Amino acid sequence: ALYQQKSSVSASKRMSSVVLVVLKIIKHYQEEGQGSEVVQGVLLGLVVDDRLEITNCFPFPQHTEDDADFDEVQYQMEMMRSLRHVNIDHLHVGWYQSTYYGSFVSRALLDSQFSYQHAIEESVVLIYDPLKTAQGSLCLKAYRLTPKLMEICKEKDFSPEGLKKANIGYEHMFEEVPIVIKNSHLMNVLMWELEEKSTMADKHELLSLSSSNHLEKSLQLLMDRVDEMSQEIVKYNSYCRNLSKQQQQKHQYLQRRQQENAQRQSRGEPPLPEEDISKMFKPPPPPPRMDTLLIAGQINNYCQNVKEFTSQNLGKLFMAQALQHPSS
Amino acid sequence: MLLSVCLMGLFDFYLFIFHIVSQRNKDIANVQIYMYTPRLYLQTMVQEQILSWYYGVWTLRGSSGNIQIFSIHSFYSTFLLLKMAVHGPFVKIHPVVLASIADSYERRNEGASRVIGTLLGTIDKHSVEVTNCFSVPHNESEDEVAVDMEFAKNMYELHKKVSPSEVIIGWYATGYDITEHSVLIHEYYSREAQNPIHLTVDTALQSNRMNIRAYASAQMGVPGKTVGVMFTPLTVKYVYYDTERIGVDLLQRTRASPTRTNGLTSDLAQVASAAGRIQEMLNTVLSYIEDVLSGKVMADNSVGRFLMDLVNKVPKISVEDFESMLNSNINDLLMVTYLANLTQAQIALNEKLVVL
Repeated sequence: ALYQQKSSVSASKRMSSVVLVVLKIIKHYQEEGQGSEVVQGVLLGLVVDDRLEITNCFPFPQHTEDDADFDEVQYQMEMMRSLRHVNIDHLHVGWYQSTYYGSFVSRALLDSQFSYQHAIEESVVLIYDPLKTAQGSLCLKAYRLTPKLMEICKEKDFSPEGLKKANIGYEHMFEEVPIVIKNSHLMNVLMWELEEKSTMADKHELLSLSSSNHLEKSLQLLMDRVDEMSQEIVKYNSYCRNLSKQQQQKHQYLQRRQQENAQRQSRGEPPLPEEDISKMFKPPPPPPRMDTLLIAGQINNYCQNVKEFTSQNLGKLFMAQALQHPSS
Repeated sequence: MLLSVCLMGLFDFYLFIFHIVSQRNKDIANVQIYMYTPRLYLQTMVQEQILSWYYGVWTLRGSSGNIQIFSIHSFYSTFLLLKMAVHGPFVKIHPVVLASIADSYERRNEGASRVIGTLLGTIDKHSVEVTNCFSVPHNESEDEVAVDMEFAKNMYELHKKVSPSEVIIGWYATGYDITEHSVLIHEYYSREAQNPIHLTVDTALQSNRMNIRAYASAQMGVPGKTVGVMFTPLTVKYVYYDTERIGVDLLQRTRASPTRTNGLTSDLAQVASAAGRIQEMLNTVLSYIEDVLSGKVMADNSVGRFLMDLVNKVPKISVEDFESMLNSNINDLLMVTYLANLTQAQIALNEKLVVL
């Protein structure tokens, strides 16, 4: 009720997040999300000029089987009402999710993000990759659906013709929003305090050379997706073939009909009635292309991640070489 | 000759054992203070500890033959009436909690001079770990203080749904001193938790620093008459999960930038910055070595040993072996890159073909 719909269509170009949010997300995954389950939560903040500011967040409990009657909406409402009492921005600007090796492009994500973005134009989904973070540097990315994709989801038209019309490719599904981390002065003071008091030595996971484990996993996931993709392609191909076969059959039938009619006419008999061809030759249903699109997007994502990873490792390898041959 | 001071009160008492064991080179090495609660521990742990302590004495005598004693200080010579178990002297705090506190301080209502809230976390035998917190609205005036307990209960329930292992372990307040109102609030919290921890964060920066202190409460006084409350300070330690530390590292870098902002760097740039940091550290070490060589600074043996370790850490591999290892690794990585590019090209082609 307090949020005013922006009249302009252009979404925020940048996003800034606050220390607190980052720490909370990290902690939430660490405590509750061990294993390959995703943890999710809600982002709160506000929109300032052309920037989306995220100032706080709270986590969602895990979906377990024993509390099936758990009311998510109620939890959310309660939380936001309580937070309002302590002056925390209660504007819902998005949600966050953790991911496993970058595999987050899925139907579920699309649906959730669509419903969020439909309600609030500015909302983003923040993807936190804990495994990549553990390798040395914070991996936090923000995505939003492109307007084209929004339209398609609204129409719910996932057939090939529909997608062809919209001219959408897997690259235009999500747009990434650059994140900037902002601190208040008080936070800065806190950072200085922490630096002094904490005695943790600086571990350099970023420079570790072992890469095979991560590469293996990524490649395995990539292979799975490619398999799925090929299945989808086969489905589509068979559909195309069936369609064209059917067209041929229709054509043949029409021709035969015409021939017969011509013969009958020549013999003076009444022509056979034109039967409803469409009922006879029902066209096969076109397979939905949305899944294919999603898989393509996911494969693209995996490839990007793998390339980033390999470039990092190449750099590290060259550094190790320099250590071994100081004279060269 | 070793001296130990045992101070025992009569009813519910503390048992303090101080012993100071010195090493050969006359440093005071270990000052160990054991605090035990009588009921639970007297029968078992205290006996054990005394035995081990004596045992330690004998072994030391055996090995070095010469034990020096320097000084024994005794604290706490007052009798304390204590009904509850006391946590060990450590309170471990995660940075999330401090960030939350600072944030809620910034958002406080007009006119409120401080903010209070609940601390959530886990307790184990010797320490308390604070992992989460939320602020609670309250009103404070000269004579009275009102805390919205309903709200606190509600929030706790909500939080429990997400992380069922966290319990209320205390409360926090921003500000430097402990006021009388704190006592009242502390009383409320002792109804919720066993022995609540009180954390103060000095956000007003009174002494030019943000002092973060933790206290446990203890009752004091003469039984039967008015009983007062004493807040005893506890040691505060900061603990991080690994990923937390990496996050905090990134956030530390925002201090340097003038607009207090920082973007998230990407792949090769990160490796470059990590390499830069190591280079800085190497430079520091090098300058130290040069100082020592030119006689400006006294050589320190322990540092020398560390340097030896450092130099030896670079593994000595024969040139051919290293070349082959390096090449095979590089080949792997290049192949994977090629594969990834190929896959991407394939998908793009597929896309175009479908649209035709």
